[in-house]
Amino acid sequence: MAKQKTILFACGTGVATSTAVNSTVTEAMKARGLTFNAMQCKATEVASLAESADLIVSTTPISASVTVPVIKGLAFLTGIGKDKALDDIEAELRK
Amino acid sequence: MTRTLMSHIDPRAIALGVEAGTSEEVIRLLAGKLEALGCVKPSYADAVVRREATMPTGLPLGRSENVAIPHTDPEHVLRPGIALGVLSSPVDFANMEDPDEAVPVGVVFLLAINDKDKQIDMLQEIMDTIQSEEALVASRTP
Repeated sequence: MAKQKTILFACGTGVATSTAVNSTVTEAMKARGLTFNAMQCKATEVASLAESADLIVSTTPISASVTVPVIKGLAFLTGIGKDKALDDIEAELRK
Repeated sequence: MTRTLMSHIDPRAIALGVEAGTSEEVIRLLAGKLEALGCVKPSYADAVVRREATMPTGLPLGRSENVAIPHTDPEHVLRPGIALGVLSSPVDFANMEDPDEAVPVGVVFLLAINDKDKQIDMLQEIMDTIQSEEALVASRTP
């Protein structure tokens, strides 16, 4: 079995929207039979933590210098494009 | 609006028919209510306004009136709370995902969050409410 992947959830404060997105994604992935390690941080901490993650899901813009794949998390707040974002996350976790 | 979310909102932290010209006016009005309830420190309002300028919280829902969820760092929060402002006409907030874009906002949830592990339910209920147009429309007449 492949090593468990790590998703870094980021938002402006590291406590509000990243928490909501983390909980939504964790439940949705569990329903798809997938688990992962979750980390949360402030947008300003992403650059220093990105290396320890396989994927970043962020509700705020992330510096283009980050090389880890980034999925926009706004869909989980607005509901618009949520299924597509979940499919993208599933695809990254199954890589 | 969903009963569960309303159970987190003190009726004294709800403002209906708010006449505001800017997002800052709405934030300061609602922050004053949270401060009066002992949820936030006096530093909270300035901190939210400052954060909104660099990391905005407007959520585009593809409607004529969208939602914003201003908040700030836990150090300005004494205990968790939500203030709800329903505007008589929309004011612009910047888009969370694209700060250069303006989002006309008609409903504002001002959040006081200090422990992410204990406030997941509250955050989830807000997201569920935002995603349900019916629930949001109902917030105009709570």
